[in-house]
Parts: sequence; structure tokens; C-alpha cells
Amino acid sequence: MKTASNFLDIKDVSTAFKINGHYYDAISHINLQVQHDEILAIVGESGCGKSTLATTIMGLHDPAETKISGSVDFEGTDLLGLDEDGYNQFRGAKIGMIFQDPLSALNPLKRIEDQISEVMDYHTSLSKSAKHDRVIELLNEVGIVNPERTAHQYPHELSGGMRQRVIIAIAIACKPDLIIADEPTTALDVTIQAQILDVLRDIQHENHAGIILITHDLGVVAETADRVAVMYAGQIVEQGTAEQIFNSPKHPYTRSLLRSMPQRDNENDDLYVIQGNVPSLQKMPSKGDRFAPRIPWVPASAHEEHPEMHEVAPGHEVRCTCYKDFEFPDEKGSVMA
Amino acid sequence: MWKTILRRFLIMIPEVIILSLLVFLLAKAMPGDPFTGSINPKADPQQIKHLMRINGLYDPWYQQYWNWVVHLFHGNLGNSYQYQEPVTRLIEGRAGNTLWLALFTMILTYIFALPMGVFAGRHEGKLPDTIIRVYTYVTYCIPFFVILVIGIWIFGYVLGWFPTTGSISSDATGWLHTVGSRFYHILLPGLLGALFGTVNIVQYLRSEVIDAKHSDYVRTARSKGVPNRDIYLHHIFRNSLLPIAAFAGYSITGLLNGSIFTETVFSYPGMGLLFVNSISYRDYTVITALVLIYGILNLLGTLLSDIILSIVDPRIRIE
Repeated sequence: MKTASNFLDIKDVSTAFKINGHYYDAISHINLQVQHDEILAIVGESGCGKSTLATTIMGLHDPAETKISGSVDFEGTDLLGLDEDGYNQFRGAKIGMIFQDPLSALNPLKRIEDQISEVMDYHTSLSKSAKHDRVIELLNEVGIVNPERTAHQYPHELSGGMRQRVIIAIAIACKPDLIIADEPTTALDVTIQAQILDVLRDIQHENHAGIILITHDLGVVAETADRVAVMYAGQIVEQGTAEQIFNSPKHPYTRSLLRSMPQRDNENDDLYVIQGNVPSLQKMPSKGDRFAPRIPWVPASAHEEHPEMHEVAPGHEVRCTCYKDFEFPDEKGSVMA
Repeated sequence: MWKTILRRFLIMIPEVIILSLLVFLLAKAMPGDPFTGSINPKADPQQIKHLMRINGLYDPWYQQYWNWVVHLFHGNLGNSYQYQEPVTRLIEGRAGNTLWLALFTMILTYIFALPMGVFAGRHEGKLPDTIIRVYTYVTYCIPFFVILVIGIWIFGYVLGWFPTTGSISSDATGWLHTVGSRFYHILLPGLLGALFGTVNIVQYLRSEVIDAKHSDYVRTARSKGVPNRDIYLHHIFRNSLLPIAAFAGYSITGLLNGSIFTETVFSYPGMGLLFVNSISYRDYTVITALVLIYGILNLLGTLLSDIILSIVDPRIRIE
């Protein structure tokens, strides 16, 4: 996957949180690349470390409470080596972030215009009126019908969908090369979701930005992503193109996720439910396949002791060897790919 | 905005009526009478009864209440039994002193408390935070009149830095000297009130700052590349001030109530001292007038809080 157009190269990144004086890995040894003009989706259940990965790239963790190792190479700079001031040159300017909960992500006491132009205050030398014009342009771009009016409103006067559009406008105000969207549609209803995704795609085409789209909604992934990385318990367990992941999923976790998704052709069957829970940070097993406890019918010998990523097709990697003989209990005996 | 204020003001009318009724009845329910203590003990009990009668104190309560209200609307709060002076004139001479002291104390309190609260919140769990927290709790635990007495003893008596009684020195002449002397007299009570009255604001502000620090909109601001200093200035501080602003109106009335201690201990001729004296002399007219005034000031304080809040918080603004 390493080509010349990788502008974000995440190498061996681990983030550990301090809990009661001990550090526990929330994400461990993450390797990911993002290219221009690409939407990389990161999927997984809640608690898999998706958001931690996003905030690690953005440098939003309190250094007193977290330990981060590895490197995040962004256009030739290792972000993890930067201090706060250095990071502020990138945040908002070259990397924009869209947050999950539009209801709380905006300052309740500031007008929309001020919140959007604040990004430009720190990264551009535009005049006041130029900033105003840009705010209106941005609000138009994200599909707000009456931008002049909205610019003068406060967050509480807007609907959830409009607030999410405003947050997107903030993220793209300085035309960043990378946009990290952390569950951008989770808090919105389905019709708004589709519109927001359209906005994101349009922006990407226009700015040639790379997008990291974090979601647990496989429908969203199928609709938008070029490539997919599946995360489980702080590790990437499978990554490949969207086509590879949806058409020939390999890892038991990926297959379980896909199977638990409602589909038109299996509407009579009960949905598949993955047993158990994502292990908590303190109870993360130090060796073996972290997903093994949730597929207990698979013999221990099928798993690697220290599961590694294996390339199964160009650009398609799977962790652990257990995928080779994995089958769901109700399909035992049937031939698997 | 004006509509909201007007509506809030109209709501106050029934509140004031109920307040006045309560005040009047409670004053009447106090044991004792205004004359027994102030007349020659050998005086004929018939004489006292006569005085009570001509002053209308044997009338049924609603009659007395009605007379009182009618006089109230004529700006007549009655005559003080103790001072033999109109109550309005008594209060006139003292209200300024009390207000002056209360405002001074309040301004000092905010000057001390706001930086302490923000600082403690910003350095949550670290040494400065611990020091500030311990300080506020200690000041909160010691009864205020004890502080006043100790303060007077150390700074007024032992060190002799400040006057210990009155609101102005008797030989003050000229405008500058008068203002200077008044200021000198409120300096010690004001400082003590402020230094030992920070706990509410500091603790509130501290926890608000801590909340704001971890809020989503601050994370958004950080993802915009806003430096930490500006995040405090533009995002955290203003949001954290909301409950403090809501508090401001009430705290004015709190200070007026607190002035009862301060004025008594410092023999400072304000409404608080007048109040305490009137109670010991059963000076009904003064007591009812003062309680009514304090009550109305409390209501105005809550109104003020609402107005301040509607100015600083757009979510409460009603257009």
C-alpha cells in the first residue's frame, strides 16, 4: 500500500491511558496509510479504539494522562514529535476534524460566524470582510440554505443536522489535506445522514483531501469508503479496499460484523449477534487473538500466539491465521472460501 | 428583552404583597411591647395601655395592616418608637453606608475570587489548586463574626492600622477628606468580608472551569489550532462565568444580610446595625420597614440575576 501519494503514514502507534496509576493500551501498534482523494473508513464496535486513534492523530490527549508511541508522518512531519504550538500549526489548517456530537461540539455562547472564522483567525491573514465572505461561502458549500441568517445565529437556534454542517464548515474552512470525521452522522437521523455524507464527498472531490471516516455503521462505509480498516480491541484486524472487505471478508470479526448487519435478502432470519463484549482496557489479553473469546467454538490451535497481519491479496491484510478455517456454528460443514 | 424584564417585574407585585403581610404579622407576633422598656418602671400600667391604644396597637391586625399599607403608599413608614424620628429619615441616613460597604465588599470579593477560581480549575489537582481549596474551606468553616472580632483585635487594636468603629471620623472636613475617611472606615470590614467570602464563587468557578475544560466545544476549539491561552480566554472563561453571573444578583443581597454581622461588630451605622438595635427595642415600625426593604432588595437581586443571565447567555434571551 505504500505509494508515493501516501501523505499520512501512521507507523506502529500505540496510545495508553493512565488508569489508577497504570498505563493501559487503548490502541496498540496501529499501521495505516491515507492517500489524497481517498476515504478510509475505520470501523468497529464502540470501545475498539477508533476515536482514540483519531484524537491521537489530532494530538488532543492530555500528555499527563496518556503515553503515545510510534510516529504519525504527515507530509513529512512527525506529528507526535511536535509540541502544542507546533501542533497548532497543523490543527485546523492542514488537518480538520469533525466531531461526533453536533449538539455539544459548538460553543453555546458564540455566534456561528465567530466559531467558523476563529479557525481563519489563526491560520490565515484574511481581512474581516474576507473572512465573512468565506464563512458565507462555506455555509453555502455545506448546504445551509440561508447562510447570512445562520451566520448570525447561536448553536441552540439550529437543528442537529445544521449544527453538523457548521462543524464540517469549521473543519474545511482552511482547506485541509486531511479530514478526520469521527462518527459524523451517528447523532443524526437517516435522511440527514445521507446529505451529510454527500457534503463530505463533494468537499473531498473539490479539495482532493484524504478523509478518515470513523464509524460503526457499515451502511455508511459501503456507501462512501474507498478503503476500510476494521478495528477490534485496539488493533487493526483487517484492512483492504471496500470491495475486498465487503465481498471477501476474511477475519472472523469482519465477517461477524457484516453478518450482524440487516440485509434485504435475509429479512426472515434473526440478525447475528456477536457473543460477549469488547474487553475493557484493564482486561486486554497480552497474547493470543483478542477476538478468540467471542468465537469460542474455534479451537485454540487455529489462532496464532502473537497474531500478525498477513497479506491475502494485494492491499488486503488480515490479522491471525484463524480466518482460514473459520465458519459460523450454523454453517458448519459448508465449504468456506 | 424589555418584555421579559417587565414581565418579571409584574410577577414581583404579588410577591411583595405576600412578603409585606408576612413581615407585618411576624413583627406583631414578637413578644413584648415598644413602651415597657422605655418608660419609667414606676409608670402606671394604665398609662402604657393608653399609649398602646392611641398608637393603634389594640386594633385588629387587618386594620393595623391596612393602616400600615396606606401609610406606606404615602411614603410614610411610621415613626420609630425608640428614636422618635420618622423611619424613612432613619433609613435614609444609613442606607448609603450599608450600600457603600456592601458594594465595596462585593467588588473586592470578585477581584479575589475570580482569578482564584480559574487558576484552581486550570491547575486541577495540583498544588496551587490544593492550596486554594484548603483556603476556601477554612474560611468557610470559621463563623464570620469570629473573623470580624479577630480582625478588629489584630488590625484595629493591636496594630492600630484601621479604625474599629463608625463610618467616618468626627473631624472629617472637606470633600476629599470625607470620602477618604469613609473609605478608610470600610477598608477593614470590606477586606475581611472579601477574603472570607470567596468560597462560593471560587468553588463554583473551579468546577465550571474543570467541566468546560473537558467539554466538547473546547475540544473543537483545540482541533481548530487555538492556543491554550486563547482557549481559556475565549471559550472556557466565559462559559464558566455563567453560573457566577447568575449568582451575582443573589450575592448582593447576601452581602446586605451579612452586613448585619459586620455593622454590629464594627458599630458601623448602617441598616444592619439599625436592624439589630430595633429588634432589641421592639421598635416595630423600624423592624417591619427594614425587613420589607431587605425582602424587596432580595427580590430585586433575583431579578438582577435573571437580567444578567439573559445578557450573557443567548439561550435564555427572549427576543
